[in-house]
Amino acid sequence: MAGWLFVITLVLALAAVYRPFGDYMYRVVSGPRDNVVERGVYRLVGVDRNAEQTWGVYARSVLAFSAVSILFLFAFVRLQDKLWLSLGVDPVNSHVAWNTAVSFVTNTNWQAYSGESTMGHLVQMAGLAVQNFVSAAVGIAVAVAFVRGFAARRSGTLGNFWVDLTRITLRVLLPICVVATLIFMIAGMVQNLSGGTDVTTLTGATQHITGGPVASQEAIKELGTNGGGFYNANSAHPFENPTAWTNWLQIFLIFLIPFSLPRVFGRMVGQNRQGYAIVAVMAVLAIASVALTVAFEVHGAGTVPQAVGAAMEGKETRFGIPNSAAFAAATTLTSTGAVNSFHDSYTALGGMMPMVNMMLGEVAPGGVGSGLYGLLVLAVITVFVAGLMVGRTPEYLGKKIGAREMKLASSYFLITPALVLIGTAAAFATGHNSTALNVGPHGLSEVLYAFTSASNNNGSAFAGITVNTPWWDTALGLAMLLGRFLPLVLVLALAGSLARQKATPESEGTLPTHQPLFVGLVVGVTVVLVALTFLPALALGPLAEGLS
Amino acid sequence: MRLPTWLTQHIAALRALLVFTVLLGLAYPLAFVAIGRVPGLSDKADGSLVTVGDTTVGSSLVGQSYTDADGNPDPRYFQSRPSAAGDGYDPTSTSASNLGPESVVDTLSDNPDDASQSLLTQVCARSLAVGKLEGVNGSRPYCTADGVGAVLAVFYRDGLTGPVTRVVSVNQTDKPFLPTYGGVTVEPAQNGKDYQALGGVITPIRGNAPSSPVVPADAVTASGSGLDPDISPAYATLQAPRIARERGLTLDQVHKLIADHTDGRALGFLGEPAVNVLELNLSLDGK
Repeated sequence: MAGWLFVITLVLALAAVYRPFGDYMYRVVSGPRDNVVERGVYRLVGVDRNAEQTWGVYARSVLAFSAVSILFLFAFVRLQDKLWLSLGVDPVNSHVAWNTAVSFVTNTNWQAYSGESTMGHLVQMAGLAVQNFVSAAVGIAVAVAFVRGFAARRSGTLGNFWVDLTRITLRVLLPICVVATLIFMIAGMVQNLSGGTDVTTLTGATQHITGGPVASQEAIKELGTNGGGFYNANSAHPFENPTAWTNWLQIFLIFLIPFSLPRVFGRMVGQNRQGYAIVAVMAVLAIASVALTVAFEVHGAGTVPQAVGAAMEGKETRFGIPNSAAFAAATTLTSTGAVNSFHDSYTALGGMMPMVNMMLGEVAPGGVGSGLYGLLVLAVITVFVAGLMVGRTPEYLGKKIGAREMKLASSYFLITPALVLIGTAAAFATGHNSTALNVGPHGLSEVLYAFTSASNNNGSAFAGITVNTPWWDTALGLAMLLGRFLPLVLVLALAGSLARQKATPESEGTLPTHQPLFVGLVVGVTVVLVALTFLPALALGPLAEGLS
Repeated sequence: MRLPTWLTQHIAALRALLVFTVLLGLAYPLAFVAIGRVPGLSDKADGSLVTVGDTTVGSSLVGQSYTDADGNPDPRYFQSRPSAAGDGYDPTSTSASNLGPESVVDTLSDNPDDASQSLLTQVCARSLAVGKLEGVNGSRPYCTADGVGAVLAVFYRDGLTGPVTRVVSVNQTDKPFLPTYGGVTVEPAQNGKDYQALGGVITPIRGNAPSSPVVPADAVTASGSGLDPDISPAYATLQAPRIARERGLTLDQVHKLIADHTDGRALGFLGEPAVNVLELNLSLDGK
């Protein structure tokens, strides 16, 4: 019962902030005026804030920023032993450095390393956490640019990437993080530059209590749906998630931006009801997923959970089973990938849910920005499918969905499944699945989960698989890179194509895209696309394990 | 001189990254490190360290082991949950076990380095050990009386069907927990053999242990972080008679201490009730 109240209060809190926070973000991305700090940033960066960018220029700016970020982060972790606050750790080896640089720049935060023994404090805060901010801002910027494509009337331009990046970072992400950090510190998260304290336990052993600037990193880890933990145990670690109420707050922060962005979308296209339709699709899928995950874990099927009497392996006492399962659903419904309990030890079906969430393409509500553009592409596909049924040229928000738009939208949806399934097949074909801890269906689940997580830029791990080998680091790095930037470029291309069109007036035959019928259709298309793509793989992994 | 566009774009990107690194990577976290020096917050920002006399004995947020040098439980203290962090409660190597729900077959070997226990056997062995320490029944479903996973490899004539031809108790090298299965005598396992690969169907046997065992769930499972500072009130209560005996306290006094150190659900619905083990043990030392 308490577990359901936990979920209900989250839903209510998110519903309460949808309008005010969405309106605030709308003003941030659409307001004409810059404040003095923003003007200072534009001057330091050397960009003309009034230059409107076509989709090509916008995309090249995103790619340039990301490429520079990857190189910078790679160099940073390779040279960390020569910098301050390195705590005496060694430079990160080249394949882990490549994997980590790609991982944080793509908002994935897959971690092929263990934070407390690999990264110095300076790398954590000035390297990794900076990418937590800006990779989140990039996602939101691209989503906003995409929506501008719908809102534009034959202008062909999508705004200015540098302005979007700066404003989203400084006016949305940073202020919320400041408040959250303070709350987290009051709850007991550590925030220091200490290398740790040696203590003598009650029975006379020595224990090394770790330090670090954790609270400030934790805030953006959740808000930016990044998920990379300061420590290996991520949000299960008492210093990263000290109490049951910080656990609630972390889930709230994870959902805050993705669930409020449809409001921004509605405001930008001038019809709030379109925003409500999109958020309804997200909510239907998310609530169903959270409820199923919690139900599967509380039921506790499987030999070991039955022997134990509850699925408590890998879960913390202070959170308990329902709140751990809710976190697992939240982190995979978005592109967060933080964990407060370890999915590898979940029941077969409970562990399948996080995987299904990611396979849905992380659109319910998805990562910051990427969730909104992912779902809007699904809406475009739905409009097209509906158009086929009645035999007329489909249109969405006054824009015709023609051959070029459909090619871009379909390519978008083929990328992730291709990366996941080819990657998994390659791991088995080359024998690299042998680093998995478990064998049989569970071993397949571990490999499948790894590629699903990387390709969807989630970053959560089923764990139980050794991934810091050169092959795994390289392969997952590629999956993350392609899984982030190919869809992103396609989305911007689609936006450019839409932006050049003039608006088509609504007619009798236009499918209304703000009614329950459309919401149901989008949910249906999403589920069917996933089922057709991934069911065979799921049947060999978690379904086989759950049914045997 | 006019630089090509692609180059100016990358230069702008680099400048933007440097600006944000200074702002978000240095100014923001360091400001909070400074705020963390404020009295009232500084204890927490430093890790909620607990000091007795002039020794720092731990962090109230981080669990620790209450065992002697050989790893045996110290009977004078409430015991924490099992831990997969390093050798147990090692904050420099936080970890969960990551073993799955159907991890039920041990790898048996003469060489201890090659042998490994399944999650099921770990659970069974812990349950037996806790039962012995607390003087209660440590039996669980799917566990043998000697504390390993009760799992058979059943060979059928036609693969998955047909009459049973051979049965092996895969986690036991001595006397099997079951004399016969399907009319066939159960044989003990041999070291180094993979009976699943030989065609045996892995069949866990539930046995007749009660479905809600005396030893609580958190006492036999490792936490996510390996640093869980808490145990369930049920596990604390189970340990109360031993603590009373070892400490010369009455059972009521121990129950009162447990109640004093139990945190209920926050706001009545967040998380689960939990007992902070370090604080509870410190209150025992203070008696």
